[in-house]
Amino acid sequence: MNHDDVLLNVRGLKTYFYTLDGIAKAVDGMSFYLDKGETLAIVGESGCGKSITALSIMGLVPQPAGKIVNGKIYLNNDDILEYPESKMQDIRGDKIAMIFQEPMTSLNPLMTVGSQISEMILRHRRVTKKESWERSVSMLEKVQIPSPGRRAKDYPHQLSGGMRQRVMIAIALSCNPQILIADEPTTALDVTIQAQILDLMLRLKQDYETSILMITHDLGVVAEVAQRIIVMYAGKIIEEGNVFSIFENPRHPYTKALLKSIPKFGNRTEHGREPLQEITGIVPNLYKLGSGCSFCPRCKEAMDICKIKDVGLTDLGNGHRVRCLLCKSKREE
Amino acid sequence: MEPILEVTDLKVHFPIKKGIFAQTKGYVYAVDGVSFTLNKGETLGVVGESGCGKTTTGMAVLQLLDITSGKIVFNGKDISDISKMPFDEVIDFRKKVQIIFQDPFSSLNPRMTIEHIIGDPMRIHKMFGEKEIKERVAYLMEKTGLRPGQAGRYPHEFSGGQRQRIGIARALSMGPEIIIADEPVSALDVSIQAQIINLLVELQEEFDLSYIFIAHDLAVVEHICDRIAVMYLGKIVEMASYEELFLNPRHPYTKALFSAIPIADPRAKKDRTLLEGDVPSPRHPPSGCSFHPRCPECFKTCNIDDPVLRNMGNDHFVACHLYNRH
Ligand SMILES: Nc1ncnc2c1ncn2[C@@H]1O[C@H](COP(=O)(O)OP(=O)(O)O)[C@@H](O)[C@H]1O
Ligand SMILES: Nc1ncnc2c1ncn2[C@@H]1O[C@H](COP(=O)(O)OP(=O)(O)O)[C@@H](O)[C@H]1O
Ligand code: SF4
Ligand SMILES: [Mg+2]
Ligand SMILES: [Mg+2]
Repeated sequence: MNHDDVLLNVRGLKTYFYTLDGIAKAVDGMSFYLDKGETLAIVGESGCGKSITALSIMGLVPQPAGKIVNGKIYLNNDDILEYPESKMQDIRGDKIAMIFQEPMTSLNPLMTVGSQISEMILRHRRVTKKESWERSVSMLEKVQIPSPGRRAKDYPHQLSGGMRQRVMIAIALSCNPQILIADEPTTALDVTIQAQILDLMLRLKQDYETSILMITHDLGVVAEVAQRIIVMYAGKIIEEGNVFSIFENPRHPYTKALLKSIPKFGNRTEHGREPLQEITGIVPNLYKLGSGCSFCPRCKEAMDICKIKDVGLTDLGNGHRVRCLLCKSKREE
Repeated sequence: MEPILEVTDLKVHFPIKKGIFAQTKGYVYAVDGVSFTLNKGETLGVVGESGCGKTTTGMAVLQLLDITSGKIVFNGKDISDISKMPFDEVIDFRKKVQIIFQDPFSSLNPRMTIEHIIGDPMRIHKMFGEKEIKERVAYLMEKTGLRPGQAGRYPHEFSGGQRQRIGIARALSMGPEIIIADEPVSALDVSIQAQIINLLVELQEEFDLSYIFIAHDLAVVEHICDRIAVMYLGKIVEMASYEELFLNPRHPYTKALFSAIPIADPRAKKDRTLLEGDVPSPRHPPSGCSFHPRCPECFKTCNIDDPVLRNMGNDHFVACHLYNRH
């Protein structure tokens, strides 16, 4: 990596699950970086390893089945995989914070939301209880919760789904982390609420100069928030590039097919209705992966060699990388 | 155009019961005065955010729950009170109006083979002899993109998309005229959705079906539906053909909904009207226009009078006071 604003640098990360069904290579050799102030999106269908990538960074891989078997995760040039749990606890919430799809599962139902924010602040900052409470209320105000002073005394169940996600964002940003990992933060919300939350996240990102790692399966959300995109399939990066390369010049057959398979609002009115381009077959089961390219069974452009040969990432220049035997690297061309 | 289903002023209010005597302590106004017509061979989309009453509307049409008031006419027959209908007419109605559910995992009996899931409804209604039922199961499986050779398998052996195909085959087995599809692709993976959408479009022509297509994804709805009804808090606030609605949305809620959709194009200009606050609870719908507390264009009569759904011409219906001013 030859630029200096790399904040997070993940190298050859492998996180596997060992279960009675066998081994699932949930994250199978991921290498990527996150720059200061950027929003990087990881997109992919359910089960492809997005959440486990995030949890690996947070040091929260589900135990005992899951295990990081290889790789390095540098935060400001320090390999945090070497850190003991106590040190990771200092990092979580302070340097890297995470929000989840379902705020209810990570909020404590028995504590007021104000106390939950205070707790995070007290954990990482030398402040009095009173100061931490005041900061909690001001965080609730920053995430645009009406009457924040009163709402701080509410319990999570008294809030709507959208409000809970705001509270999660308030907790996550309360210690001004360098990185915010958002795992499908709006998937459970309605579109008008999703628009509010995305707008809020992008505005706070500016104010707090936070980098965002956005995980989603929604290509619309990606196009709106991300500068760079990683497309994941079966535990691997299959394509990576800036938002314009991915949407306007996708090179992997999966990315190409996915973009053509989703209906676009207004398309029928403007161009008439054509059948959607289907991607045949099913989303792969990581416990039953064969050899060769994992997209091969569904790929329209597959060649015989795709079934057997392990495919590496080809650098197309300009940060555009693709894992497909059809793509020649810039150097080869 | 011939109407196959006419719904007039449909209301479904769920009583809220509390205490040991189960006293009614108010109502959830889940569906509160919905009227629409479904024409033969047409697809009517119903969109709106969760809790706005889409599923309840579908269940009410299917007569799977008690209707508080309103009239439902199917093929010219009033079916609003199924308890007063002759038994054979009820059976006929049940066969002709089928449903496909959102969740392909919980909607199939895990202990039944596919053959039974698709074939048993025909057996129960003694629609055909055993040999013919077997043939029809194979035929329907083929039509819905399943391999008839897999009829002996159980639902858990299939992926989400295939299970949705099984649900569709089961619905088709009764020879329906109307299929109510309640968010049939929402639970599926993105790369699988196109398969099911295309299948539904193909089957509609082949089997001469009318659809009520419930969804919250507007892009899918525009793709599949001839007309679209937008619901908010138990009411239809706007209804028009898909082109008309896309090109000329009128209700402030429809406009906000459209502008909230993330567009899969990084160069798309975003000129967003962000709505404030959450959808109010259908237990206490706001006075007047139920959208008024969130409406960016709310003016003085809005919190007093409930706007009626009016035809603005070109069969574009809107319920908003902005279009009543002269
Ligand atoms: N708790 C677990 N136990 C066993 N396997 C798991 C567990 N969590 C995840 N996996 C495996 O890891 C894969 C990736 O999971 P995940 O990262 O959650 O996917 P997603 O992309 O949907 O977030 C899954 O397909 C599954 O095979
Ligand atoms: N059986 C029921 N008893 C009480 N309330 C219900 C019942 N079914 C649905 N509701 C309520 O009615 C409203 C409309 O629900 P629903 O029709 O499922 O909405 P949608 O399908 O648009 O998400 C919601 O507020 C829901 O909580
Ligand atoms: S009636 Fe009034 S409050 Fe309701 S949508 Fe129209 S302008 Fe807004
Ligand atoms: Mg996930
Ligand atoms: Mg519903």
